[in-house]
Amino acid sequence: MKTPFARVRGLGTAHSGTEHFWMQRLTGIANLPLIIAFLVVIVSLVGSSQASVIATLSNPFVAMILLAALMSVLIHMRIGMQVIIEDYVHTELRKILLLMANTFFTLAVAIAAVYAILKINFGL
Amino acid sequence: MVELTLPKNSKVKAGKVWPKPAGAKRLTEFRIYRWDPDDGENPRIDTYFVDRDDCGPMILDAIIWIKNKIDATLTFRRSCREGVCGSCAMNIDGLNTLACTQAIDDVAAPVKIYPLPHQPVIKDLVPDLSNFYTQYAAIQPWLHTETPAPQKEWLQSHEEREKLDGLYECILCACCSTSCPSYWWNPERYMGPAALLQAYRWISDSRDEATGERLDFLEDPFRLYRCHTIMNCSQACPKGLNPAKAIAQIKKKMVERQL
Repeated sequence: MKTPFARVRGLGTAHSGTEHFWMQRLTGIANLPLIIAFLVVIVSLVGSSQASVIATLSNPFVAMILLAALMSVLIHMRIGMQVIIEDYVHTELRKILLLMANTFFTLAVAIAAVYAILKINFGL
Repeated sequence: MVELTLPKNSKVKAGKVWPKPAGAKRLTEFRIYRWDPDDGENPRIDTYFVDRDDCGPMILDAIIWIKNKIDATLTFRRSCREGVCGSCAMNIDGLNTLACTQAIDDVAAPVKIYPLPHQPVIKDLVPDLSNFYTQYAAIQPWLHTETPAPQKEWLQSHEEREKLDGLYECILCACCSTSCPSYWWNPERYMGPAALLQAYRWISDSRDEATGERLDFLEDPFRLYRCHTIMNCSQACPKGLNPAKAIAQIKKKMVERQL
């Protein structure tokens, strides 16, 4: 039987959120040129042989663009998904499990993609 | 949690169709949400026919006419009948607005009227706005100063005063907050557009000395950052204010003090 005031004040302010807000805008702006560059690379490779795909992706400039695009998009994706989970999921345990899954999924995608690009470039 | 379906006892059923007034030439049909906490029944939609030649031009005129002439049990809040008090806020034809400033002819007939969305209903068109008012109180809507009060008054230039335009006019009718999906899903943790617009009214007041504390209070992933610029608030505001812009200004201030 809490009073309305106790409910509204709740656990107080988290003193955070601005970093998150700023990062979402920053990666949003970075995504614009990076995704265009990413698409240009992918479209230019349509129908190419494996050898020429490897040659293009081994170009240091192309590889760096792809890595930058991946990082920016994945950070954007993760914090965007986090906001959606916080919006809609209010059961504490389920929310925490989903937020963890969100981070793990993003990390898995990031590790797989970065590993693939490095392998193509350095033949690890 | 998101509620896509209504609980069983909140499902809205077909209600009574009240007889048309005798001898009326110009009739407008009204379909109004009814719920009585005392009868144990589900909410229902009652249909009324309003004699437009015997009634004023506004929605509020029509529901007062219904209460006086057809069904005295119809319950709603109203006071000033000129868009100043904010009492008669309700959902009319799908948009939250004030019944007193909404013309009947500007709404497609039959006119559908519901209470403000996603608030507990006390009766018929009367929502329980305790949480909403408490959020307003929580932003401490008064001047905070440390400097001893001057002999006469706190001075403000014309330019500084102008910064409060578009903010001070808010009448706390709750049309904006109750139209906001973010507020629907997190009504207790998200402050909502009305409280945030009011918070910004004090943040942007040149006389106030607690800007930092006010920003501290709001710097929270839920209190402020649940705003996803959906903009329903600005569309709904019957006073033509722009709560979405005020919220964006608060976010700007938050970034400004970090960079």
